[in-house]
Formats: sequence, C-alpha cells, structure tokens
Amino acid sequence: MITILTDHWADLVAGLRITLSASLLALLGSLIIGVIFALFVISPLKPLRVIGNIYVEIFRNIPLLVVALFFYIVIPQFVVQIDGFTAGTIGLTIYTSAFIAETVRAGIESVDIGQMEAARSNGMTYLQAMGYIVLPQAIKIVIPPLGNQFVNLVKNSSVLAFLAGFDLMYQANLIVSSTLKTTDTYLAVGLLYLLMTMPLSYLMRYLEKRWAKQPAND
Amino acid sequence: MQRKKKKLIALWLTLASLLLVLAGCGDDLASQDVLTRVKASNEISWGVKSDTRLFGLMSIKTGKVEGFDVDIATAVSKEIFGDQVQVNIVPVTSNTRMSLLKNGNVDALASTLTITPERKKEVLFSEVYFNAGQALMVKKGSQIKSVKDLTKGTKVIGLQGSNSVENVKKAAPEAKILQLPDAAQAFAALKSGQGDAMTSDNAILYGLAADDSDYEIVGGTFTKEPYGLGINLGQEKFHQAVDQALQTIEADGTYAKIVKKWFGKIDGFDGGVVK
Amino acid sequence: MQNFIDAYSWLNMHFLFEGLWVTIYVSVISVVLSFIIGAILGFVRYVKVKYLSMIVGFVIDLIRNLPLLLIIFFMYFGLPGTLGIRLNTVTAAIVALTVFESAMLAEIIRSGIASVDHGQMEAARSNGMTYLQAMWYIILPQALRRMVPPIVSQFVSLVKDSSLATIILLPELMYHAQIIYGQNSNYMIPMFVALAVLYFAICFLLSRLSRALAKRLK
Repeated sequence: MITILTDHWADLVAGLRITLSASLLALLGSLIIGVIFALFVISPLKPLRVIGNIYVEIFRNIPLLVVALFFYIVIPQFVVQIDGFTAGTIGLTIYTSAFIAETVRAGIESVDIGQMEAARSNGMTYLQAMGYIVLPQAIKIVIPPLGNQFVNLVKNSSVLAFLAGFDLMYQANLIVSSTLKTTDTYLAVGLLYLLMTMPLSYLMRYLEKRWAKQPAND
Repeated sequence: MQRKKKKLIALWLTLASLLLVLAGCGDDLASQDVLTRVKASNEISWGVKSDTRLFGLMSIKTGKVEGFDVDIATAVSKEIFGDQVQVNIVPVTSNTRMSLLKNGNVDALASTLTITPERKKEVLFSEVYFNAGQALMVKKGSQIKSVKDLTKGTKVIGLQGSNSVENVKKAAPEAKILQLPDAAQAFAALKSGQGDAMTSDNAILYGLAADDSDYEIVGGTFTKEPYGLGINLGQEKFHQAVDQALQTIEADGTYAKIVKKWFGKIDGFDGGVVK
Repeated sequence: MQNFIDAYSWLNMHFLFEGLWVTIYVSVISVVLSFIIGAILGFVRYVKVKYLSMIVGFVIDLIRNLPLLLIIFFMYFGLPGTLGIRLNTVTAAIVALTVFESAMLAEIIRSGIASVDHGQMEAARSNGMTYLQAMWYIILPQALRRMVPPIVSQFVSLVKDSSLATIILLPELMYHAQIIYGQNSNYMIPMFVALAVLYFAICFLLSRLSRALAKRLK
C-alpha cells in the first residue's frame, strides 16, 4: 500500500486536485441553483412552486450516473462540446442542487412562520423579510446538512471515472490496470478519500450538536 | 442491564472472531489447481469481453455473450474436460480482466488479450490464437490519416487497461489520451467528439465501424497484437492442457469452423487467422 | 422520431426490462439486508456498549465517508483475493450496496433513537419496565416515525446507486441501456429518456409510498 502511494504520488495528487475542484465548483453551483429552487418551492406564486417541485423531484429520483453520462455523450452531439471534467461537474451540480434545495427549504420552513408575518406587518416586502429575517436564521440550521452535502460531493465526484475525468478514482483504475494490485490501490485511494471526507463530516456533526443546544436566534 | 451488555459484547466478539476464522480459512482461489477443481465441479469460468462485436458481444436478443472468443473458450474447455462441462462466460473489460483472473474470479481469459512481455510477468499465455494489430478509427473526412497525425492538441480515446493505450503513448507522445471503461463507452465518447480518434485493435474497431458508416479505420495497423488465452501463474498443468487443446482444435478443423463463422464475411481478416 | 419508434422495439424493451429486473432484484435484497444490519449496528452504536460501540461507530464512519464506487470495486476484486470467495457480479453488487447502505442506515437509526427525549426512557424505567421493554414499547415507535422519511430516501438512493455497478458489468438497467446504444448510436437519446423515466418511476413511487406510510404512522 505504501509503495502504491509513493510510486504513483504525482498521479494521485493530480487526481485529488481534480476531485476537489470538481466538488468545490459543484458545491458553489449547486448552492446557487439549490437556493433559487428552494425559494421557488416555498414561493407564494403557484407556477414557481410547480417548477421548483418538478425540478427537485426529477433530479432527486434519477441516478447521478445517468445525468453525468447525458452531459458527457449526448449534450456534445447536439448542443456544445464539453469535456469529461465539465460534464461531470455539471452533472454533480444539477444532481446536488436538488438535494440542497430540499435542505434549504426545510431550513427555511423550520424558522417560525410568525417571524415572516411580523416582518411583513412591519412594512417589509416578502423578499426583504426573506432576505433579512428568515434566511439568516435558516443558514445556521442548514450549514451542517450542507457540509454533509459537500462530503457527498467528494464521494460522488468519483462518477468522473466513467467520463475520463482524470479524478482520483480514474487514476486509481489506471494504477490498478498497470500494477494489478487491486486491494492495495483501493485501500490507498480509500485513505485519500477519507482524509478529505472524515474531518469534514466530524466537524459537521460537532456543529450540529453545538448549535442544536443553542437557541436559533443567537 | 450490565449483564445484557456483557452478553451483547460476547455475541459480537464471537461474530467477529467467526469472520476472522472464515477469512483465515479462505483458500486462495487463484492458486488452486484449475484442472482438479474443474474436474470436481464440472464448471469453468472464462472472462470474455461483452462489448466487442465479433469477439464477445452481449446479444440483445438472448442476453448471452456471443463471439469468436466465446466459441474458442468453449471449444478449448470441451476439448480438455469433455462435452458436458459447463462453461460460464463472465463479462470483463480491458481494465478489469487481469485483476479478475489474478484474484480468482475467473479461471482463464479469452478477452482479446495481447501477449506482451510485461503481462508475461503476471500471467501465462497460451500460444497465439489470433493476430490483431492496432489501428485508428476516425470520423470520415477527419484530418487524421495515421498515427503520425496525432500531434500536440489532439485527443485519442482508448480503453482503460488496454495494451493499445500503452502503444499510443509511445507512438504519439504528444497526444492527450482519454481512457474509457469499455469499448461501447469509448465509441460513444468518440461520436460525441470527446476525442479526435479512437485507438484499439483493428479486430475491435472493425466490429464497431460495422455499426456506423460515418466512421472508418485509417492508416492500417501500426503494431502487432497477437492474442493469447490468459491463465494464472502457477497453473502449468492447465496451461499445457490449454495449449494442447488449441493444437487439437486447429488440427481437427474446429478452429477453422469458428473462424469461418465469425470472420467469413469480413474482408481483411485473413491476416489474423493462425495457420 | 423514427429513432424512438425503432429504439423502443419489443426486443430492446424486453432487454431493458431484463436489466430493470436485475436492478429491482439487487435493490430489494440489499434494502432488506441493509435495513436489518443497519438497525443492529445503529442500536449497538446508540446503547454505548464500552469499546464495541466505539469500534462499530468508527467502522460505520469509515464506510460512510468512502465513495460507493470504491466499495464496489473492492468487493468485486478484493474479496476473492483476500477471503477466497468467488463473487459473481450480482453477489458483489449486493454485498457492496449492503455494506455501504447499512452504514448509512445505522447512522439514521442511531440519531433517530437519540432524538426521542431521554426523560421518556427514565419515566418508563421508573414505572417498572425493563430497558428492552421501554425501548420496544416507548422509544422505538416514536423514533420510527421520525426515521421513516430519511430511511426511505436512503432506499431511493440505493436504487439509484445500484447503477454504479455497471462498472463491474452487473447486467442491470443502466448496463443494458449502454449495450443497446453501444450497438446502435441512434438509440442513444431514446435510451437516456427510457433510463430517466424508469428510474424516476421506481424512485418516485418509493418516496410517495414512504409519505403515505409516514402519514399513517402519525
């Protein structure tokens, strides 16, 4: 296992870099899209609610691999040429945004409904009340689940291995096919994944526990 | 409650040690003598491609893998173990086949496996049963006419774990190589323009190009890829039996029949056949 | 349009449904196994048996933080070498999915039990119930109600995740679709549409079922 790490260090680091950048880009993208669709889902306007719900339901119920492969082999033939990394990252973004929309929606709904009404009766518009009163409180509730979504993203980014995306899992497969040391390679690569995901998921569990003990408005 | 907890601990410790014992008992599958085991179980597993027309392709009609490699594997098995032996065809990809053999998931490989010096350190090869050569496939009208045109900035699609990827690294060091999990995915990626050309053995590419007249094989072959059946190191007796069986089916006309069945209607394949 | 009609020929659909059957078969077995194992592990983790719960918890965290793809590879290639067991793709996929999803479920079940007020356990104990009685009659029914939605969305994930097993050539829905469009590229879009519809149908049905179940429990 040590020899796998030392002999292929450059490839593994390159893979790690791709895995992390795909995950970070997808987190950013899916946060933006996710919040927009969460607002759609809870919006007072029915057409927006319908669009929001359809989006969330569709992408929560289709495998990531189907979405990512669609962007890798179908989109380039008819729309625009994108490579494996881009296609994979877009797939991850869209897939994760549906989950983030759900998380954010639940977070917003957990903020007392009375607060929205109070803000509205104090003359704020719906958007102002949302932006200044409800969302800031919701953020604290949703940070731990969002952190967990990032952990999921790092794990799910392994789908890039299907798309010649040069991520960590792709490199692992190439190492396996050249060295034939399956157990050692997957153990070593597993360790690298754990280095990324374990600290973060422990941090999120800690935050969850800590913030759960405090009142939401602190 | 304390006693219950202790009981629970005991239960789990027993389970854990049971697992450990099981693990210890496990006999390394790859090192068991294949001849003895197959004679006892009357069942042999071959790793064969499932996405390669002519050699091993999963039929949509039957769900079974069909092709030259399947028929060779079956003929060799029947020659060694008799007609009633059950031949299991396990689908493999270029990337998975060597690991599956070495880890004992399959007893032998008939999977368009090129005999190379590096692989000879890992597996035993039968004598050559087919002569392929590496080639390039491009969309008709492409600027790329041969491996020399794979200059800087071009992208070549290959199969993970295939010898052709190693070859093209040497023949066209400037080109970027995208390795996909299997031939079907690789061809789909070529069609989506993910690469400018796809490289693999001519035998594999001809099968793919037969599906789609927009694609052609250019520049002839630029390497020799002799295929051998793959057997685990240490299985000398089985290895001998396989070589002997290959000679027998070549002598009694079975080999020629299988060749005619798969390549009879395809031009340019005479070179591949072992005389 | 003609492509769609040709692509959905009886032969292709038959082949596709054979794949769907393997998806369902593998998913159902993995769901049952991982629910049982996950419940046991989650409970062991909750009751805090010295050392044992710690070890179980750590192993669960390790597995939860690894990509499923890696676990699939490991089970398919690693197990025969280390344990001397020959796994076919179906068994390997079931083992990998069960290992991964039991860890996910264990965490859901642990936090579900933990979310029920601790005072209730004490009240029940002081009323003469044994620990197990209190757990079975008082705590678990309440915990179960809270656990149903996350457990079912984990089952939905399992169905979607089973598509990753195409990498070891498990003859499931995704793989069969790939075989079809691999042999005729005109069928690519129709196959992606079919994949989306079929996966969506199973997963959506499953999540609706859970909603109905959750309502009845209340």
